Amino acid sequence: MSRFAKIVKLDQKAVKTLSESYQLGHHDEITYEYKSERGLTAKMVADLSSRKNEPEWMKELRLRAFGLYEMMPMPGWVPDMSGINWNEIYYYLAPTKGTSKTWEEVPDAIKKTFDKIGVPQAEREMLSGVKAQYDSEVIYGSLRKSLSAKGVVFLGMDDGLAKYPELVKEYFSRIVPLGDNKLAALNSAVWSGGSFIYVPKNVEVELPLQAYFRINAENAGQFERTLIIADEGSKVHYVEGCSAPAYSSGSLHAAVVEIIVKKGARVQYTTIQNWYKNVYNLVTKRAWVEEEGQMRWIDGNLGSRLTVKYPACILAGRKARGETLSIAMAGSGQHQDAGAKMIHLAPETTSQIISKSISKNGGRATYRGLVKINKGARGARSKVVCDALILDPRSRSDTYPTNIILENEVSLEHEATVSKVGEDQLFYLMSRGLPEHEAEAMIVNGFLEPIMKQIPLEYAVEMNRLVELEMEGSVG
Amino acid sequence: MALEVKGIKVKIEGKEVLRGVSLEVKAGEVVALMGKNGSGKSTLAYCLMGHPKYIVSKDRGTAIRLDGLDITQKTPDERAKAGLFLALQYPVSIPGVSVREALLASLRSRGEKISALELKKRIEMEAEELSMSEELLKRSLNEGFSGGEKKKMEILQMRILAPKYAILDETDSGLDIDALKIVAEGASYMASKKKTGILVITHYQRLLSYLKPDRVLIMNLGKIAKEGGVELATELERTGYKQYE
Repeated sequence: MSRFAKIVKLDQKAVKTLSESYQLGHHDEITYEYKSERGLTAKMVADLSSRKNEPEWMKELRLRAFGLYEMMPMPGWVPDMSGINWNEIYYYLAPTKGTSKTWEEVPDAIKKTFDKIGVPQAEREMLSGVKAQYDSEVIYGSLRKSLSAKGVVFLGMDDGLAKYPELVKEYFSRIVPLGDNKLAALNSAVWSGGSFIYVPKNVEVELPLQAYFRINAENAGQFERTLIIADEGSKVHYVEGCSAPAYSSGSLHAAVVEIIVKKGARVQYTTIQNWYKNVYNLVTKRAWVEEEGQMRWIDGNLGSRLTVKYPACILAGRKARGETLSIAMAGSGQHQDAGAKMIHLAPETTSQIISKSISKNGGRATYRGLVKINKGARGARSKVVCDALILDPRSRSDTYPTNIILENEVSLEHEATVSKVGEDQLFYLMSRGLPEHEAEAMIVNGFLEPIMKQIPLEYAVEMNRLVELEMEGSVG
Repeated sequence: MALEVKGIKVKIEGKEVLRGVSLEVKAGEVVALMGKNGSGKSTLAYCLMGHPKYIVSKDRGTAIRLDGLDITQKTPDERAKAGLFLALQYPVSIPGVSVREALLASLRSRGEKISALELKKRIEMEAEELSMSEELLKRSLNEGFSGGEKKKMEILQMRILAPKYAILDETDSGLDIDALKIVAEGASYMASKKKTGILVITHYQRLLSYLKPDRVLIMNLGKIAKEGGVELATELERTGYKQYE
């Protein structure tokens, strides 16, 4: 949109403030208790398990996963990852011993980082529980007493394994098998941190449980593992927000999230991903949904250099429902390869995918989705809506939908639109007195609005702010 | 105190659409600009508001001045801040953005301190004056609006933004007689009470029986062909545009 006057001035400002505009781009000095050597060997995997005092079966599982990781090729469709130097990544870092229970016990340097990303605010605002991951270990967590009284478990994954080994053994890697894909295998081998949640039968957790993740050390790979088990008739909303400080060489984030939604249970999983723009964010997220259960993924991708992530629902029981609302924003040097997968295995299952992507300043946004309706899933219904907004001619948007239908009597709708922020829309708002970048940000926020209103208010506010920060650096 | 337009020339794809237009609208004055399709009326409107598609040729003596301030090279938002407003003939829709959000940003970007609640009340008041349903205010701006609703929404924005000079580009088209009256009264009020100078662009004399112009300009082939009093519009209704060709 260079035809409006004054662009040159704004452009120079934008370049100057580009790094400043990433407000979370600070780097705190922290003494790491343990830092593994660079690169990965079977011995390191075994050492990691021993040091964490894990049961023998977990060590074996890790080693099996490591074997698979070494054997498996990268999936064919995965975009260019040549920026990752696998041997340069630290696979395990532990900032402090154990998990602190109260805010007061958290070390100051770590507190400062959390202050900047707003964890204490969330605490003050009486959110039901806070888990925060600093590099690899959960170092701060609190859970409201009322939740504990109802039998709700909300722990770091390592603690979960120590305290509920049987439950973890039953479900760990059941939804995402060790050899599901190369990165899931890697995560299974070296996972550390993440959340473990169990919600008992018919218990409804009213306020969202939340965790913040952060990559702090340069080249620190973060391999958190999250397992959520929502027992029959229960309800829970889990919120994950990510941010990472500024570094020059690429960091890797390869997480695995497994969710079991039992009969009649409802789970929502909200992610706001704002990794710094050198992070490779390669995540496998999958939910197993039983009869009349409901799973909803809200997946916001603003940061990272490359994100590859397609939250999935396996609709295994009659009338199970899966939903994914996906937002991707790809700026200069970014590629957001995001989408969703819905696998209908049972009759009368329903699914909906709504994807909104924005590409600007040469960024690339890709929607990649799969809807599969298996033999036997009679009366299944699915709806897919993909809207892409392209802000300038240098940017790119692609849509790769795959539909596999093996049953008759099903319904599948697919809508896709691609729009460009029109000169006429910009002119309209500018003629009412809005400067160009404000007008553009307003159009972008409006485009995202249908998804924003599904997100809890404080996250929607944060997300809006992040979008605006992104837009400020985007003029020209 | 006037909006002065001097010798505006605009080419679109090599064709000269405006061939030296000069006019003046004084504060509080209503000036009607009439002319048949393709005479250049809407181009002039866009051009005055600074649409990037219409580039004014930089001839000596060419200028757009608002109360003495030269706005010829300014961006649309700067022109709006200087006190200019354009009610569009075809307002675009902005999905996900309500009129309140848009107006709040507009007012704040020119430094006005108004609370969201205060603005909400003002918008609701104006909507009532214009017989607009409250439901329209909650919807995305212009999305799914009828032609008439869009025009009313333009007038509502004009009244809230209270510009020094407003251009109404065929605001009457698509309006039924009741809506036409309401819109005309809304504009008349701005001219008489707020001293807004109004340039009203129209095909028909119909609007002008409710919004009484002080002067009438007739445009043809990118030029002002004739200027006169309100009787010019009546005469035009009888004889058509032929005589100006």
